[in-house]
Amino acid sequence: MQRLIKNGEVVNDSWHLLDKDATLDGLPNSDSIIVPLALWLEHSHALKARDGGLGVWLDSDEEVESIADDLSQFQVVALNFPVFSDGRNYSNARLLRDRYQYQGEVRAIGDVLRDQLFFMQRCGFDAFDLRADRNADEALESLKDFSNTYQAATDQPLPLFRRRA
Amino acid sequence: MYIYDEYDQQIVEDRVKQFRDQTRRFLAGELSESEFLPLRLQNGLYVQRYAPMLRVAIPYGLISARQVRKLALIARQYDKGYVHFSTRQNVQFNWPALEDVPDILAHLAEVQMHAIQTSGNCIRNTTTDQFAGVAADELVDPRPWCEIIRQWSTFHPEFAFLPRKFKIAVNGAVADRAAIGVHDIGLNVVRNEAGEIGFRVLVGGGLGRTPIVGSQICEFLPWQHLLTYLDAILRVYNRYGRRDNKYKARIKILVKALTPEVFAEKVAAEWAHTKDGPATLTQQELDRVAGHFSAPAYQPFSGDDADYLAKREAEKGFNNWAMRNVHAHKVPGYAAVTLSLKPTAVAPGDADDKQLEAIADLADQFSFGELRVTHQQNLVLADVRQSDLYALWQACRKHGFATPNIGLLTDIICCPGGDFCALANAKSIPIAEAIQRTFDDLDYLHDIGDLDLNISGCMNACGHHHVGHIGVLGVDKKGQEFYQVSIGGNSGRDASIGQILGPSFSAEDMPSVMTKVIDVYIENRTPEEQFLDTFKRIGMAPFKERVYAAAN
Repeated sequence: MQRLIKNGEVVNDSWHLLDKDATLDGLPNSDSIIVPLALWLEHSHALKARDGGLGVWLDSDEEVESIADDLSQFQVVALNFPVFSDGRNYSNARLLRDRYQYQGEVRAIGDVLRDQLFFMQRCGFDAFDLRADRNADEALESLKDFSNTYQAATDQPLPLFRRRA
Repeated sequence: MYIYDEYDQQIVEDRVKQFRDQTRRFLAGELSESEFLPLRLQNGLYVQRYAPMLRVAIPYGLISARQVRKLALIARQYDKGYVHFSTRQNVQFNWPALEDVPDILAHLAEVQMHAIQTSGNCIRNTTTDQFAGVAADELVDPRPWCEIIRQWSTFHPEFAFLPRKFKIAVNGAVADRAAIGVHDIGLNVVRNEAGEIGFRVLVGGGLGRTPIVGSQICEFLPWQHLLTYLDAILRVYNRYGRRDNKYKARIKILVKALTPEVFAEKVAAEWAHTKDGPATLTQQELDRVAGHFSAPAYQPFSGDDADYLAKREAEKGFNNWAMRNVHAHKVPGYAAVTLSLKPTAVAPGDADDKQLEAIADLADQFSFGELRVTHQQNLVLADVRQSDLYALWQACRKHGFATPNIGLLTDIICCPGGDFCALANAKSIPIAEAIQRTFDDLDYLHDIGDLDLNISGCMNACGHHHVGHIGVLGVDKKGQEFYQVSIGGNSGRDASIGQILGPSFSAEDMPSVMTKVIDVYIENRTPEEQFLDTFKRIGMAPFKERVYAAAN
């Protein structure tokens, strides 16, 4: 079972991430699955009727606006980093949290490396599915890279200038 | 200048620790070259032609004597004894060992310095007028705004992986000495009719492969909203800027593709969600930051210093220097002084460790211990008593920065070029030197008058060739180095991009090409005209005719 950083701890991950070209055929009824956006947009009705947990994942060129009205359906929204240097999903995560008040899990998937975790966490990600060849226990450290930050973000809506003693 | 409090200090110290571990993991093979790349770039560390290059941030060009001494120590201890001041008002070490960089950062942190975001696809060092706070033509001091932007942009979590680098400049004077028209975001601090402070916001300017002058997207942004509005611009760019082609990834391409009007609408729509939120600036914060930039303890003088004026009359060399290197100051009896880092045969913007020590001493002795770096790659002592100018001039001569050429043809903006930079197509420093040698007659140089000559070794335009009155761009043709000349660029108010003269020239031809261009100007100018005025009036044809006729 894949190990996942979730809420600052390494845990076992029980969710099943479907490929981008996944179809409804043969989907287990009771597993917890994270489906690609296209599958959700086409088959939301069937997916809602399942018993298992439901999540959706967006690629970096997909806009979070496209699921804004559906967010209550998902326990997980996963945002994919095709390469770690593609920063679009930092903005998507903030929109999910700050604009749409999404309370479920926001998970980073794809090319997720430890040196980006601090920034991801600030933008509202609370779960990190590290690239398979990386050690989640070591990566935990980087969530504490900085003891303070200047600007407002999802994790700390007050900028430092409103918090300075 | 801004002095760190415990929060600022903790953040740079956390960074040193973080980068030390990242470097360790890279050297241990736990981080690949490509994974380490953006991490080291966001810390100003390039792998260059001969060695790594480390770019250290000088926020909006302000630096203290103590910090300059630290740079001298680092140059001596970790480098080959000199530094290079860059067109982003930063400073570069050309020969540090990768392994030493964490220690260098620790040294820097001791004097409230760092290398954060001096490179990479993130928000870079914000730049401004080198005469900020003292310029006679200043309307609003831009420095507090620069510092507020510095803090906002430092480790901004949402914008650490933008499509491309991102540069902001702020101007608060009548003249534009910050080149705001050719930045990703240009901010002009202004007052409205009610006397309230706000910003005229330009976006989408820039040099490089597609040089464009920025477009106004907001005429007057009340100051309280600066950061939320910047967030909105950056968010639109982060989401919709092109990422498929690095040459089309700058915000200027997005603004052009959408049109400035549509881009402005998108920003306004985004901003509507965050306007008046917690990131709205407070008077208390503005007062706190502005308090760091209050005027030093000037002595009261009623007017110009008589002895200074008399010495100018008496000594031609001093007068030449005073004409070019001494600048009007808002306080009577004071002047701002540019130390020229452009003597002939020295790479423009270079200074060695002994000069740095001397510069620090001069700052302590003559200018309240503070200096500014200019985007023309010189240094400024901003608060010198007129009565001290003669003594300062003598000291500058002794140390080699009294060349009286500020704003003249030999005060060349020049990137490090093929001698140092791995990106360059051609050398730039030897071209600058050859032109400096050709125009070695000081009376003639002064007669030519104000003229920006900018030289870049490649399309990335670190030497700002597009906005030189005369611009030179190094190009590679089948493995050989050639130089393309442009005329009519301008980085000031009403910024413009230079037009290309015609086919490029060999390095040997450059001095004579430059001579011919200047000859055409001298022959055609009216008594009041500067080079750019004459060019605007007579156009390209006479220049083209002269330069290429002679070449045939």
